[in-house]
Amino acid sequence: MEQDYSKVDAILASYRGKKGILIPMLQEVQNEMGYLSRDCMKYVAKAMQIPAAEIFGVATFYSMFRLKQQGKHIVRVCKGTACHVSDADGIKSALVEALKLPKDENTTEDMMFTLMEVACLGCCSLAPVIMIDDMTFGKLVPEAIPAILDKFRF
Amino acid sequence: MSEITVKVGLASCGIAAGAMDVYRTLEEHLATSPKPVKLLRTACIGMCFEEPVVEFNGSALGQMHIGKADSESIIKILDDYIAGNPPETNIILAEKMHGRHNELLANQQRIVLRNCGVIDPKSLLDYEALGGYTALRKALAMERDEIIAVVKNSGLRGRGGAGFSTGLKWSFAAQAVSDKKFVVCNADEGDPGAFMDRSALEGDPHNVIEGMIIGAYAMGADEGYIYCRAEYPMAIEHLKIAIEAAEAKGYLGKNIMGTSYSFEMHIKEGAGAFVCGEETALMQSIEGKRGMPTIRPPFPAESGLWGKPTNINNVETWANIAWIIINGADAFKAFGTEKSPGTKVFALAGKIAGSGLIEVPMGIPIRDIIYKVGGGMKTEKPFKAVQMGGPSGGCIPASLLDTIVDYDSITATGAIMGSGGMVVMDTGTCMVDVARFFLNFTQNESCGKCTFCRIGTKRMLEILTRITEGKGKLEDIDTLQELADNIIKGSLCGLGQTAPNPVLTTLRYFKDEYLAHIVDKRCPAGVCIPLLTYSIDPEKCIGCTACARKCPVSCISGTVKHAHEIDQSQCIKCGACQKACKFDAVTKA
Repeated sequence: MEQDYSKVDAILASYRGKKGILIPMLQEVQNEMGYLSRDCMKYVAKAMQIPAAEIFGVATFYSMFRLKQQGKHIVRVCKGTACHVSDADGIKSALVEALKLPKDENTTEDMMFTLMEVACLGCCSLAPVIMIDDMTFGKLVPEAIPAILDKFRF
Repeated sequence: MSEITVKVGLASCGIAAGAMDVYRTLEEHLATSPKPVKLLRTACIGMCFEEPVVEFNGSALGQMHIGKADSESIIKILDDYIAGNPPETNIILAEKMHGRHNELLANQQRIVLRNCGVIDPKSLLDYEALGGYTALRKALAMERDEIIAVVKNSGLRGRGGAGFSTGLKWSFAAQAVSDKKFVVCNADEGDPGAFMDRSALEGDPHNVIEGMIIGAYAMGADEGYIYCRAEYPMAIEHLKIAIEAAEAKGYLGKNIMGTSYSFEMHIKEGAGAFVCGEETALMQSIEGKRGMPTIRPPFPAESGLWGKPTNINNVETWANIAWIIINGADAFKAFGTEKSPGTKVFALAGKIAGSGLIEVPMGIPIRDIIYKVGGGMKTEKPFKAVQMGGPSGGCIPASLLDTIVDYDSITATGAIMGSGGMVVMDTGTCMVDVARFFLNFTQNESCGKCTFCRIGTKRMLEILTRITEGKGKLEDIDTLQELADNIIKGSLCGLGQTAPNPVLTTLRYFKDEYLAHIVDKRCPAGVCIPLLTYSIDPEKCIGCTACARKCPVSCISGTVKHAHEIDQSQCIKCGACQKACKFDAVTKA
């Protein structure tokens, strides 16, 4: 099926002719589409006259860009120093277990959750911390994880 | 009676601790039962360990801060406060009586954070009421050279970590001849365990913006960028609001404050790459490219953004400028040491009682930061090390706690001042594991341009992982040392040149711990799972069978009411038995 890129067109139009646009433009396209598919990147390349290799290069360099379809909710486990010394690994194991993630996958089968690691959320005094969408949860223990996830299962 | 004000700290860490619920409860309460009370918002006062924090003002009790506030009790506290009865609750700071933390603040000196947790960061009026933008007015009436001379004389050094003289850096960009110049604020705070810039931007965005306008004017730049991590949505939101307000008031944009000077400011959101904190990589990223560092020279002051002269400073550096212009270089030099004047903001985290954001005069001993300002250790476990400078820094051991905080003394320990992250570790932290943690980070974040950084960090990580799994060899220590030396020599940018520091400092101060892992196959801190042994103390075990029922591999044997035993050859070291035991009979060593 041919993908509908009309909303992407509108985004691209607002960037045409400006300098230093590639990263914010791709961020906005990603927000619209959920992720940057290969097709989508090729479409942007053609429409904006930017080599596809350059777009792919930028999209793979920065961790904010997602090349695969994501779950409805993004769960970020903070792996910062303060969280690391406060058992962030235990929190991550609890998340993997509660989400029943298949091996080597970070998105649940029902496409509800995607689990990611983040270098530091900057809430170190609340370590260990996770962020679900834009909500931060701190001072966690592994036992608290299932109840937190349940709030997002809708 | 003067009006009573109630201020709720609504920075990211406050909200994560539940401050929004407290705010909404107060808002609803005041809407239904009107009282002579004004409800206000502010950002972070720095006592993150007491969040949510609410400040009361205006009754006979004077100013009072309540910590760990919750929506159940906040209305009663408010009524008590209005009536002049000290609330029976967690009073953390109090003007007229004893607050538990009054002495913690007494050891601080606030320049950068002077307005944080005091003003509403979304209100330009609040900032102006405390002298905001008077520094800009003063600077616009000064000669450009004069401004640079003041900054130079103040001795301010770059707060991003390297500590280069800010005034000198400005003079390079000022001398560059070009039709176009840029100034940039580096807010790509990527060090894990650091949140100084986040708090400064969330709590007092105008202070950073004012510093940038002054700097841009002095250097003759007409366009500026703030490059901020996308992981800091509130900082970005507050910056956007502040820029709009400053434009509307004529502090930014065309003909600033009626002069012929014009300056335009933009925000660029980072996209998640630690290396973009390096100035040349940051500029590549602003231009929309992969954030890979470039060779210096040319330095940004000659050829930076789009090939034009550019001056980059860190958030905290910019945040010092307005204060210095108003109070003068000598007032700034009154704080700190001869070679490192002023103050430094630190983010205290880890196993410390008072985690949060502090600002102290340079020259203070690390011991005072931890035990006086930070309130000591969080638990009974003793202090082991403090990690400074994040992945580029190192671990400072207990024997060096009297080291004073200035660029040169910290560098002498093998760590670096860095941007200000201080992660405190106790005896429950394994130093080999910490070194592995940082190497894992830098190895992930290496942009891949330089071979030594790309492959060298990978080999170091493999060796460290092997050691934490009990498969280390004695010669690994020499190999680590050799790889470290080569990575330092063979890398282009700060990321690679400093990546081995966490390993080098732990090898220097905690070699015993490496040897325990390698020779005795033991992790003294009890962190490295493959090296742990779980056993049951027959004296304490009452034979309740709880552990045997929980063991996922059924390797615990024993009968009811008799001591149980773990079959070490089958044990997967998951720790389930220790959690299940109610009699502390399962030990980990």
